[in-house]
Amino acid sequence: MTRRSAIMAGLAVCILSAAALLYILQSAGASQAVRIGSKIFPESYILAEITAQILESRGIAVERKLGLGGTLIAFEALQTGSIDIYPEYTGTLSQAVLRQPKITAVQLHAALADRDLAIGALFGFNNSYAIAISEDIAASRNITLVSELAEHPDLNIGFSLEFLNRGDGWPALQAAYRLPQRASGIEHALAYRAIESGKLDVTDAYTTDGELDSFDLRLLLDDKAFFPGYDAVLLARKDLPRAVTEVLLNLGSRIDEATMRTLNRRVANEKMEPRLVAAQFLRDSGLVTANTVASAGMARRILGYTAVHLKLTLIALLLACVVAIPAALALARHTGVARGLLYVTGLVQTVPALALLALLVPIVGLGEIPAIIALFLYSLLPIVRNTLTGIFSVDPLLKQVATGMGLTASQQLWKVELPLAAPTILAGVKTAAIISIGTATLAAFVGAGGLGEPIITGLTLNDHRLILEGAIPAALLAITAELLFEVIERTTVPAHLRV
Amino acid sequence: MVAMPVLSLNSVCKAYGDTRALDNVSLEFADNCITAVIGRSGCGKSTLLRACNGLVVPDKGTVEVFGQPLDHNELPRLRRRMGYAVQGTGLFPHLSARANITLLAALEGWEQDRIRQRLSELLTLTQLTDDQLDKYPHQLSGGQQQRVGLCRAMMLRPEILLLDEPFAAIDPITRTDIHRQLLQLHQAEPTTAVLVTHDMREAMRLADHIVVMEEGHISSRTAEDLRQDNPDKDPDELLQLLMAETGQ
Repeated sequence: MTRRSAIMAGLAVCILSAAALLYILQSAGASQAVRIGSKIFPESYILAEITAQILESRGIAVERKLGLGGTLIAFEALQTGSIDIYPEYTGTLSQAVLRQPKITAVQLHAALADRDLAIGALFGFNNSYAIAISEDIAASRNITLVSELAEHPDLNIGFSLEFLNRGDGWPALQAAYRLPQRASGIEHALAYRAIESGKLDVTDAYTTDGELDSFDLRLLLDDKAFFPGYDAVLLARKDLPRAVTEVLLNLGSRIDEATMRTLNRRVANEKMEPRLVAAQFLRDSGLVTANTVASAGMARRILGYTAVHLKLTLIALLLACVVAIPAALALARHTGVARGLLYVTGLVQTVPALALLALLVPIVGLGEIPAIIALFLYSLLPIVRNTLTGIFSVDPLLKQVATGMGLTASQQLWKVELPLAAPTILAGVKTAAIISIGTATLAAFVGAGGLGEPIITGLTLNDHRLILEGAIPAALLAITAELLFEVIERTTVPAHLRV
Repeated sequence: MVAMPVLSLNSVCKAYGDTRALDNVSLEFADNCITAVIGRSGCGKSTLLRACNGLVVPDKGTVEVFGQPLDHNELPRLRRRMGYAVQGTGLFPHLSARANITLLAALEGWEQDRIRQRLSELLTLTQLTDDQLDKYPHQLSGGQQQRVGLCRAMMLRPEILLLDEPFAAIDPITRTDIHRQLLQLHQAEPTTAVLVTHDMREAMRLADHIVVMEEGHISSRTAEDLRQDNPDKDPDELLQLLMAETGQ
């Protein structure tokens, strides 16, 4: 067997074993529990927790995949069966997912049924855009409808930048109601305070905003039905067991806008954890009698996150070494192809991690697999680059001597080129490890868990303690990896050859 | 019947672009003698040496080794019967001196005892010490490195020894010592040795035969003849004499 065919065979074995490992992981991840997802904002967390806890209270096992990084990731995860249920809004479904804004409720149900999906329960509130006006002004001028704004051109209107500039935001609203005012842009977080202090009269809001109740505001009635309905629903797979769907029916019409505002305020302003807010709601509404929320200690929680984080990083790193080092060695003799390999791995590096994850979810589903694949792809470049650099920088005289002495090609590789390139290759693996530890925090967006889970939840809930719960161990892991590689280098590479 | 020489070149040509490194060179190296190939930088002498162990493939002509045309499919096996040492030693920096010397023997599957015994023979001949062998090449002096390089080349008891300017970077005093050790080594274990050098004094001191190269052409004499025919000339003048003959 020639050296090249030996390397190719080795490469094939590596790729096959990698595929087998992924397959084993994937099948190990499959379980009977109902998998509940959520998107990455407090209301979605709360609704998902309510759903999870009511199922748990009825003895149904539940797996949480909360904080998925966007509508498309969550929807794809549902379609591919990585999750079974997640809270969604009818308006989002018709506009962003189905891209049929004018669809009727019946058509929406049919379109979902075509995809083997169904609406498990309508929560009973509509989280839509709304126009909020200072209560004082509304009362004194007797304004209750959006259309009545046209009669008061002197009103000072300021909108959040997104609403101001979206085609279906202010420009469309202004045209639909023939409003004469000129609107200015204002940071949403400041708008309510600006109204309170009299600097602003009207702004945009959404109907379940927890902060609305803290200010003296009136929501104007959308009398021309300009805003699409954003009814909150539990979007579920059709193949859910009956026992599950029957429990979900209990959640129908239990939450109105005011209730949702209260729940949101508890998370956003009072910094309560979504699972506790959900538990309290379920008890208060009589849906659940016993306290179902089990709280794990912080140390155990962090250990759990860290273990998952390490697992994701290690598997991805090992796979990357097993694929990238032989591939780079096999291609090192063909500089053109080697350069091509560098371009391809470099190209992967330019894809933002979140985008890469979003692309992977429809193909491989949610959970650890897309996270490992993404980390694997990001690890390739530093390892390939350093392996090639290491091999290319071996002194040509030494290669000539090795050949002239009578070393075969594979003996040259193993006895001369690889040992001399090893410090550079090791440095590449170290870089890949540290990049992976950092990037793995994004794995939580696709439900893979790890230290990103508290970070992302903390970011969403504006809870610094929770962010640090993930960020500090992640930083410590990176430092530990750095030290570990230093030890490996000290024990395996003679001092004069260290990079 | 005349025995085939161990190493010979027959009408060998090799060109790099327009430069003719070897222009129809035919040469029989005398068995178990040291032949010095001398010439200025870029005259083709290193190309000639590397044609002998197949590192350079001739455009025309054949290299015959051990009575056979050099078989390029058998190179690793043949090269192990041809010791090879180069300028700047070419020692592997990641291996200790000992591991450099014994690398090929280990790859050949020699027993530890046999390796140890061979090593001690070489140490005696080159006056290296055991604790020098435990050092990495960069921890040794230039002369010690060169001796390690010689030991490595001689480890498998090769029949041919190819030396590519091995002593060029060594100070004159150390060089004299190493010359003596090379001659001892050669006396104890005769090989058909080719020494590429640009130093005529070195050539006259070490070699039985002198081959001068100029622009791909050669002229050759035995060192003995040169000395007898020109008793009053110093090495530099001898070199001029031979250089003049290559043009004819």
